[in-house]
Amino acid sequence: MQVPAPFEYERATSVDQAIGLLERLGSSARLVAGGHSLLPMMKLRLANFEYLIDINPLHDQLGYIRVGGDEVRIGALTRHRELLESDELASAFPIFRDAERVIADPVVRNRGTLGGSLCQADPSEDLSAVCTTLDAHCVIRGPRGERVVSMEEFHVGPYETAVGDDEILIEIRVPRRPGSGSAYQKVERRAGDWAVVSAGAAVWLAGDGTISDARVGLAAVGPNTTGIPEISATLRGQVPDERVYQRAGEIAARSCDPVTDQRGSEEYKRHLADELTRRTLRTAVERARS
Amino acid sequence: MTAVQEPKFSEFHDNDQKPVGFGRMLRKEDPRFIRGRGRYTDDIQLPGMLHLAILRSPFAHARILSVDTSAAEASPGVKLVVTGAMLAEKGLAWMPTLSNDVQAVLATDKVRFQGQEVAFVVADDRYHARDALELIDVEYEVLEPVIDARRALEPDAPLIRDDLQDKRNNHVFDWETGDEAATEAVFASADVVVREDIVYPRVHPAPMETCGAVADFDAVEGKLKLWSTTQAPHAHRTLYAIVAGIPEHKIQVISPDIGGGFGNKVPIYPGYVCAIVGSILTGKPVKWMEDRSENLISTGFARDYIMRGEIAATRDGRILAIRTNVLADHGAFNGTAAPVKYPAGFFGVFTGSYDLQAAYCKMTAVYTNKAPGGVAYACSFRITEAVYLVERIVDCLADELNMDPAALRIKNFIQPDQFPYETKTGWVYDSGNYEPTMRLAMDIAGYAELRKEQEEKRARGELMGIGISFFTEAVGAGPRKHMDILGLGMADGCELRVHPTGKAVVRLSVQTQGQGHETTFAQIVAEEIGIPPADIEVVHGDTDQTPFGLGTYGSRSTPVSGAAAALVARKVRDKAQLIASGMLEVSVADLEWVKGAFQVKGDPGKSVTIQDIAFRAHGAGDLPEGVEGGLEAQICYNPSNLTYPHGAYICVVDIDPGTAQVKVRRFIAVDDCGTRINPMIIEGQVHGGLTDGVGMALMEMIAFDEDGNCLGASLMDYLIPTSLEVPDWETGYTVTPSPHHPIGAKGVGESATVGSPPAIVNAVVDALKPFGIRHADMPLTPSRVWDAMRGRATPPI
Repeated sequence: MQVPAPFEYERATSVDQAIGLLERLGSSARLVAGGHSLLPMMKLRLANFEYLIDINPLHDQLGYIRVGGDEVRIGALTRHRELLESDELASAFPIFRDAERVIADPVVRNRGTLGGSLCQADPSEDLSAVCTTLDAHCVIRGPRGERVVSMEEFHVGPYETAVGDDEILIEIRVPRRPGSGSAYQKVERRAGDWAVVSAGAAVWLAGDGTISDARVGLAAVGPNTTGIPEISATLRGQVPDERVYQRAGEIAARSCDPVTDQRGSEEYKRHLADELTRRTLRTAVERARS
Repeated sequence: MTAVQEPKFSEFHDNDQKPVGFGRMLRKEDPRFIRGRGRYTDDIQLPGMLHLAILRSPFAHARILSVDTSAAEASPGVKLVVTGAMLAEKGLAWMPTLSNDVQAVLATDKVRFQGQEVAFVVADDRYHARDALELIDVEYEVLEPVIDARRALEPDAPLIRDDLQDKRNNHVFDWETGDEAATEAVFASADVVVREDIVYPRVHPAPMETCGAVADFDAVEGKLKLWSTTQAPHAHRTLYAIVAGIPEHKIQVISPDIGGGFGNKVPIYPGYVCAIVGSILTGKPVKWMEDRSENLISTGFARDYIMRGEIAATRDGRILAIRTNVLADHGAFNGTAAPVKYPAGFFGVFTGSYDLQAAYCKMTAVYTNKAPGGVAYACSFRITEAVYLVERIVDCLADELNMDPAALRIKNFIQPDQFPYETKTGWVYDSGNYEPTMRLAMDIAGYAELRKEQEEKRARGELMGIGISFFTEAVGAGPRKHMDILGLGMADGCELRVHPTGKAVVRLSVQTQGQGHETTFAQIVAEEIGIPPADIEVVHGDTDQTPFGLGTYGSRSTPVSGAAAALVARKVRDKAQLIASGMLEVSVADLEWVKGAFQVKGDPGKSVTIQDIAFRAHGAGDLPEGVEGGLEAQICYNPSNLTYPHGAYICVVDIDPGTAQVKVRRFIAVDDCGTRINPMIIEGQVHGGLTDGVGMALMEMIAFDEDGNCLGASLMDYLIPTSLEVPDWETGYTVTPSPHHPIGAKGVGESATVGSPPAIVNAVVDALKPFGIRHADMPLTPSRVWDAMRGRATPPI
């Protein structure tokens, strides 16, 4: 049986109390939310923290989906299952439901959280790709108050984020603009496996049917989930059609940075970046039109 | 001979029928599993029990320069730290494997695979034991590893087994079967010869429960009690007696509930021996349970055969001969669990279900710096590899001849009147009637319509494939004159005792790991003596409670132990008849058996039930002259031949042309395992095996990097399929009883695992035909399928 090294455990009573504990304990402490990445790593002794601060008691405060006119605010402790089941969220951003359907399995989705997924910052992680695609912003709170960062700023490197040792990610904000459609698709070797490659796409159509803005986010093809600005620049002002999707796919294939591993060859992953970019853009446009 | 499509399970969801004998009934053991009341090795808690953890090698090949245990010994809760050097002082550093090789219990000189056992810690809890492992300081000199079996016999390859006297290379054995010259003659004059390189990669059984043991040595009694995850408790007890020098009657091996075996729990692992040593040295019970990574990197793997298959045929599709050359990777120690005279297991059945003129196989086995094992994962002693080879190469021939693969198979089947049929490699198939089985599978599939659909889809650029596999298995080892494991004949005992009130207890030498023995064996006895299965207790898995026998693997429980159960019940029935003749005051010859009772011939009013007889056997009053009291019997069954189940499998896949993902849309499995004892249990076995097949064909592989690091050390990296990867299985059956088995049963435990991988691979290759593909190796992950679509199919190793 895999067993972790010794650690101490405390349940948080409030966000500020948790921040106080983090301030005092520094890098020897780690927050645990769903625990689906952290606990296996601790059992394998790849991660050895002296203290765990369990923020699950804060679900009442940090577990919410608020769909407003200008933006959607999602609490960091919102569970995968809540994201999957929210019709309001699926209506505003169907990409969330697309992604949640292919994240792990029901047992993991019952427990795992949006904030935990983002903070784990695994390059293959799906919700990071979704948030990148949607140009989401992250609200981080610490002893010195709150700050808001973009996804690009949030991801510092693989498994590394802008959240400091004494800070907590508390909310994700996704801006709403008219004429939007979004989609997500993932190729995996087996249900619940990490992505071989996955892609998210979001488009915003102008009144004349042209693309006013578009974004593509890819996972598992580089050190972090990545947005590709060149795709956005290429698509803006275009009439969406197969030719345009093909160009976007080509950009995705050459802009990403995959490596060969057990999940697939570099070449295959570049091919998937292309294929999935085209597929998700196609679906996103269909959704924006309907 | 009947040919029947299996009804849906939902039609039999309840247990109304309660057969007294064969038939569909819910499993007697399931209430305890469903309610979480199973009792597995890790559930064993003994007063004062200590916990053991094993330090493993991080390197595939390295010399041990020094081991410093002082910090670990001073760690909280630690009672004992043992190294290979300490075991060597007691003569316990090495132990025999099931193939007459030796394996290190703890490494003394070198480590020879990543994950090899180096030292162990015994502490007051499992946390302290693990903490202390990190404090053991081992200094290694890293050596070049041999990872690719093709490199093992190169003159400059590093020598792995320098522990063996006079060993100068990495060669384990050469083995051949069939007639080389006759085969060459057939090949030389054949119209058509097709050759293909076919790899069966290394896979792992990955049972849900990992391996473990609780050892409790009582120094006062001199008795060792060992709970362990073993498929063969009696064989293990004998080996412990030989290795550890503890008299066999002072060893009790208990195999409690087992969470899946698949061959993974046949060998004796170093961890079991460590637990025994730990208990002897501390005087306390010691528990060792390996974790998931330890199970995947160090315990019995399966396959790792690099095969060249060749098939010779006439232009009109008459198969003449099959020839194969195999390079077998046995890992660092030859730990293959196979009968002694069969170093390649039963691979000799690679001639399949076809009537050939000649066949020949030449095999070379080598050591590499990988975990030992080889026979596991429901392979029926390497029949998985054999069936995969023949069913893949037959499909290659169909492609070459531009013939329908079903028609090619049917044309070449061994015909019913040829049984018993001796193959060109010397196996005597007991019975078979292949074509109806094949036709039923084709009927259920709607084969002709599927081919039509495929043609239409191909015209539209869609990728759909139909794959067929037809297998014949050889299961139920012995007979003992041919088959033994380390000198222990492959026979099985059985003991049946009927209590005064007509309830019974049957004691088996085989052990269930989920196959449903507590139900199946109760049904076998019920069929013979008419006591309802609910009234028959099945005792197994405890060497103090059961007669000697070799255990459960190679689908041998029903063919061997099932025969023993039927015959012991008949012995009891014979005695019951004597007693009944006294009770009814007629001669034995005047009695007839109607299930559950003896009645006077022609007078149904005069009868006694088996329960009446049981009471009389133990009750007051005289018994017929010469009849002892009691109603019990014992037997040891030595099979006269193996049994040869067969089956026809058809798989339908769709491949996404853009992403190369394979979806198994349909899977039709028609099995013929002879007499069917409990159809529901058979279906369960088949469903499980088919799921295994999807895993091996599409995703499972224990891969290594060039340094010998195992890349499949967790279930995140070593993928096993889920319900989402498998279709709604469509099953059917035919019944061709075994002529020599007392009830005609042939065994089915491994049929689906053996038969399904070629059907799936054949389907994928069929779907890829528009790309000019004739072969692609497992695992057919999206990336590997995409490579194949680009004409760049590569072997996985």
